[in-house]
Amino acid sequence: MRLLRFLVLAIAALSMTVATADAQTTVRWLHIEANPAQVKIWEEVARGFEAKNPGVKVEMQFLENEAYKAKLPTILQSKDRPHIIYSWAGGVLKTQVEAGVLQDIGPQLKGYSDQLAPAAVAAFTIDGKTYGVPMALSEVGFFYNKELMAKAGVDATTIKTWDDLLAAVKKLKAAGVIPIAVGGADKWPLHFYWTYLAMRAGGKPAFDAAMRGESGGFGGETFVKAGELFKQLVDLQPFQTGFLGFKNQPAVGYFGDGKAALTLALNNVYLLQRVLAADKVGLSDDKLGWFAFPTVSGGKGDASDTLGGITGWLVTKGAPKEATEFLKFFVSLDVQKQLAAGNFLVPVVGGAETAFANPFMGNIAQNLARSKYHQNFLDQALGPSVGRVVNDVTAEIAGGSMTPAAAAKAIQDAWKQGN
Amino acid sequence: MTSSVSASILRPRARGPLSKLLADDKLATIALFLPPALLLYTLFVILPIGEAGYYSAFSWNGFGSPTNWIGFDNYRYVFENRAFGLALRNNVLIIVVSLLIQLPLALALAIALSEKFRGAVALRMLFFLPYVLAEIATGLIFSFVYDGNYGLLASVWRLFGAEAPHLLASPQTSMLAILIVIVWKYFGFHMMLYIAALQGIDRSLIEAARIDGASRFELLRYVVIPLLYPTIRLTVFFSVVGSLQLFDLVMPLTRGGPADSSNTLVSFLYNFGVMRMRVGFGSAVGVILFCICVTFAFTYKRWMMRDD
Repeated sequence: MRLLRFLVLAIAALSMTVATADAQTTVRWLHIEANPAQVKIWEEVARGFEAKNPGVKVEMQFLENEAYKAKLPTILQSKDRPHIIYSWAGGVLKTQVEAGVLQDIGPQLKGYSDQLAPAAVAAFTIDGKTYGVPMALSEVGFFYNKELMAKAGVDATTIKTWDDLLAAVKKLKAAGVIPIAVGGADKWPLHFYWTYLAMRAGGKPAFDAAMRGESGGFGGETFVKAGELFKQLVDLQPFQTGFLGFKNQPAVGYFGDGKAALTLALNNVYLLQRVLAADKVGLSDDKLGWFAFPTVSGGKGDASDTLGGITGWLVTKGAPKEATEFLKFFVSLDVQKQLAAGNFLVPVVGGAETAFANPFMGNIAQNLARSKYHQNFLDQALGPSVGRVVNDVTAEIAGGSMTPAAAAKAIQDAWKQGN
Repeated sequence: MTSSVSASILRPRARGPLSKLLADDKLATIALFLPPALLLYTLFVILPIGEAGYYSAFSWNGFGSPTNWIGFDNYRYVFENRAFGLALRNNVLIIVVSLLIQLPLALALAIALSEKFRGAVALRMLFFLPYVLAEIATGLIFSFVYDGNYGLLASVWRLFGAEAPHLLASPQTSMLAILIVIVWKYFGFHMMLYIAALQGIDRSLIEAARIDGASRFELLRYVVIPLLYPTIRLTVFFSVVGSLQLFDLVMPLTRGGPADSSNTLVSFLYNFGVMRMRVGFGSAVGVILFCICVTFAFTYKRWMMRDD
């Protein structure tokens, strides 16, 4: 194994030296973006950077999301690893830092990072060292189909509490409308419910305490309650038939086709539901609404707390300084404005949010700016192993094969077992 | 393979092994042909197995080198895991269905199609086609067939005015759906093996039995099938080993879900080891799977296939 690896590397290294003999610096950039419209803009940015920096070449490499997660540990340990990689921050970033495969680029970011949202920079900073540059924020909330809601006589703007939501689901069912579309086969769309309920019930202190293993950890009261509240919803059978067999994309398409009234999803579903709808048109702006996840009675969380992602780019160990320079060029006001104008993302550079072409994304950006507690997706925040257990158990509660208490205990057991 | 090689090396030992070897030019042959195979086998089989055994003693996420030694804890975690039990049960289920449904079906079709009649060759091709399809493609095709809203099955159901079941979305039926695909996909392969064996049967034996007044059933029961025993033993072997390795059909259909109801041992390894970055845990599953395979392969070869 070792010998072979050495041989392959030797050959690769040889061919590399031949290829770069003409004093070129190549920045290898590994991404997971599947939307060709966005990749096109990125490529233009890369060519622009090359034009301004003669002798530097930016090479883009693509891996599909799940494949990327599976292959990353191996890729990072190769000497031929990419210089810039995609990241959701959180527990996975922490393990990468501990393994020493990343580079502290803090010094190079001096003066630059002031224009970025502080919470986003903090997500890529561990023990005072910054390992990457954030690029986008996202928020999870309820999308609703205005026509279907009106048909059932539900006013979505009045849904403020969990009980309001349950009442709305009952009304929708009574009117013969499928209340909620969800991609249960992928599991993570279901974990949004459980995580949000735990956030609303216990707030940030509950998560911090659980991470420290206090008051029963993830087996504690808050997390059992999250499961119980979720079960209240599940017991109403609010999801489309066969939801455990739906992957996320077909479920989003189902919503885009106007077959279900609600879906709890990331803000990018705003665009995605159009692409994935059968007619490629989906729900237009006048038919599509949004409300924040409802509060829980007696809950300690704030209604403005948000669940979502903080995504960005990491620089790996041994990368040339041009890699960081490119990131600074890439995550700049101009490019962020351009991406915001296309509704591709909620920007992290201050001032770029003015470029939003429509009020929907502007509203999301405002929510995120107001949020004092932005929880990263648990499957990233808790590390890959425990995070997947969260996904598993929420899917099991939704399928009725696990009790809320057993689900909370399973997460705590996994947390104790560690990664 | 290995036993015949070692036997031929061992046999001449009584008469002065080296000189005998040299005289036969066997040493040269061995020196020439053994190293490449041995090297590749060591690099890609022996070493990884050893590495897996080593890693299985660590709590390790795949980054850097493993340092957190936890002894046999990973094996304990595996056996305590409910999904592992389900995966094991599913593998047994696949083996049972292969042996009790798939192979008899293949045998019956082979006997019917080995006779010469118009269209026999075309039918053989037709039944063999599913085997040629890539597993992933098969999985995707059937995930559309089973789809409760738009699928083929749903339209058939609707013809009878019934609400179609979502087979892949329920823990009770997901494995059934996968078993149907497995039988559909692999019976043609076993059928072809049987047809090949049937064509190799000496015609005179069958004629002799006919002259002796054997009925059609007796002919099958006492002449044809006994002559097929070596092939049957081989197909049983393929079925069992194939079921233990089953992975690529499961992923596009259910990914082992819902609620881990349709994992096989290998998809369990992937979902719980690779995707969760628990390399130590995954290695432990790999070692267990390896032990099951080796135990089966050796006992089966030793007791069932020793005459073949």
